Amino acid sequence: MTETSSQPVPEKAKPSLFQQLELDMRLLGMIGAFVILCIGFNIFTDGRFLTPRNLFNLSIQTVSVAIMACGMVFIIVTRHIDLSVGALLATTSAVMAMTQTELLPQVLGMGLNNPATWAITIVVGLLVGTLIGAFHGWMVGYLTIPAFIVTLGGFLVWRNVAWYLTSGQTIGPLDSTFLMFGGTNGTLGTTTSWLFGLFATAIAIWALWSGRRAKAAHGFPVKPVWAEATLAGIIALAILGYVYIVNSYAIPTRRLQRMFEARGETMPEGLVVGYGIPISVLILIIVAVTLTIVARKTRFGRYIFATGGNPDAAELSGINTRLLTVKIFALMGFLCAVSAVVASARLANHSNDIGTLDELRVIAAAVIGGTALSGGIGTIYGAILGALIMQALQSGMAMVGVDAPFQNIVVGSVLVLAVYIDIVYRKRLGAK
Amino acid sequence: MQAQDTHENSVKSGRGSGEAPLVEMRDISISFGGIKAVDHVSVDLYPGEVVGLLGHNGAGKSTLIKVLSGAYQMDHGEILIDGQPVEIANPRDARANNIETIYQTLALADNLDATSNLFLGREMTTPFGLVNDAAMEAECRKIMAQLNPNFQKFNDPVSALSGGQRQSVAIARAVYFNARILIMDEPTAALGPHETQMVADLIHQLKAQGIGIFLIDHDVHAVMELCDRASVMKNGKLVGTVDIADVTDDDLLSMIILGKQPAQKAE
Repeated sequence: MTETSSQPVPEKAKPSLFQQLELDMRLLGMIGAFVILCIGFNIFTDGRFLTPRNLFNLSIQTVSVAIMACGMVFIIVTRHIDLSVGALLATTSAVMAMTQTELLPQVLGMGLNNPATWAITIVVGLLVGTLIGAFHGWMVGYLTIPAFIVTLGGFLVWRNVAWYLTSGQTIGPLDSTFLMFGGTNGTLGTTTSWLFGLFATAIAIWALWSGRRAKAAHGFPVKPVWAEATLAGIIALAILGYVYIVNSYAIPTRRLQRMFEARGETMPEGLVVGYGIPISVLILIIVAVTLTIVARKTRFGRYIFATGGNPDAAELSGINTRLLTVKIFALMGFLCAVSAVVASARLANHSNDIGTLDELRVIAAAVIGGTALSGGIGTIYGAILGALIMQALQSGMAMVGVDAPFQNIVVGSVLVLAVYIDIVYRKRLGAK
Repeated sequence: MQAQDTHENSVKSGRGSGEAPLVEMRDISISFGGIKAVDHVSVDLYPGEVVGLLGHNGAGKSTLIKVLSGAYQMDHGEILIDGQPVEIANPRDARANNIETIYQTLALADNLDATSNLFLGREMTTPFGLVNDAAMEAECRKIMAQLNPNFQKFNDPVSALSGGQRQSVAIARAVYFNARILIMDEPTAALGPHETQMVADLIHQLKAQGIGIFLIDHDVHAVMELCDRASVMKNGKLVGTVDIADVTDDDLLSMIILGKQPAQKAE
């Protein structure tokens, strides 16, 4: 590089050790809130909240909303909204339920639990979800109908398409392989989970290191090594800590016995097997990592944020904002279908009320996670943390024994309070 | 057609030496809901020339120029670049013809940093197809060092920048990608005297490189100082186009206010 790129940065006040970590304060705040919530509930439930079993359940309960919240971040960042995600989840779930219980085994004569059923079902579901999402996006982008209206209509339409497809009946049991995507029925097992944990840690450290190298190559200022190492340590601890927790949740003996019986073997006496990472959580991790890369490192992601920050500027910069809208809604539809796989597999059937009120949970998760409704700001990890906080609140209150009406009153109040704190925080920061 | 070359030593640049104009907008009309915002207007621009577009608010000068930058669609007329008719249906087409615009409203995405704004729509990518932020920031630092050496806020969103800093980002964006035709819509409206001078210097510099510039402005003095010719519009119609050397401030003012062509000054 030429000299110009290595001009000395004017020396400001020496940053504190904490500032040198360059952590996202909002992220820290949310993690702090989550930790306080967990400890609080743990005290009130006499230590039942922070058990491997409960944390395992908490994570699989969060997955469905968290996956959709990732897509909702992009929708809200571009100043749109999607009120139809719960209904879309229901429709894609209904389509998949009918595909695996009616269409494939009976109409096409493949029989129950055919090894190809789960794959065909999921492909059909994802396709339907993506197409419906794209259709919404086309109406918003090209027909310029406000997203609020399109998806409010979609909310009524798809909820009842699902009803019509299944005649309002609960459809089950679902394909046995399909059920593995639900949580308890499909986990990686302890060894694979450890390997995955180590692999994920290695990837995270490599990402930190290569980011630093790219900056250093152009002579930009980089964080001190100790700050980088601390960050890597925290990430490694979080990943491996989670693996440790889900591995130490042992499969109940009765259940383990049945698993051995199913394979025609007898269970050795006193055997203890941990669950490991649920496949549904693995899906969430893949979705989150992929979308974070999309948001930060692809043109598509850059255009999403530019459009949210200033739609006119984006258009004048030559970005095809209409097509972008179609893509974003198509992605949302795709993620609704992924969530439908997880949600129906977790319940082991498709019920008529699946995904009811999910649109509000998903929006709340994205907003609690720091996505600004005015557009242009939002993160994937924030939305996932938002979903986790909401689920922790809900499960925790249920465990403590808070009356059902109060649970929703608290969740609603927390949503409003979280957004208010965010507004105050942004004003202090001097940003918009 | 020998229009590609610029004659830096000729006072009137490419004009008058028989070259085709860099841009020719012929007989352009555009109306919104029955109101003729631009009514059969023709203007042209030669390489290395600055043409001022003058007129009151609502005279149609911004609308006319938005046809060239692809933001609006004309109802009638023709655009020629280097003597060849071109189709400009959207901002992407304009960019493909090396037309760059600096808008009055700046057209920056406030939530992104200077580098992301500079490269918006034209990001540099790594071999894997991901955006190459480090390489783009390095380029951004290079061009900003030329345009505005005091600029340091490379990692802040542009909402945190001052008016002048934002303007330099907008200008950097127009200049960086080898514009041949530059449209500046009141580039100094939000700026202090020092920054205004900076923009004026830049216009001289770009002119010397053979870039043709359309400068939209209210300010007659700025136009007298920076432009070679001025086209004056009133109520959507072209009042006339004059050589700045042949007119006075008052002549221009009476064209703007009264819509009157200065006597005996027509070419």
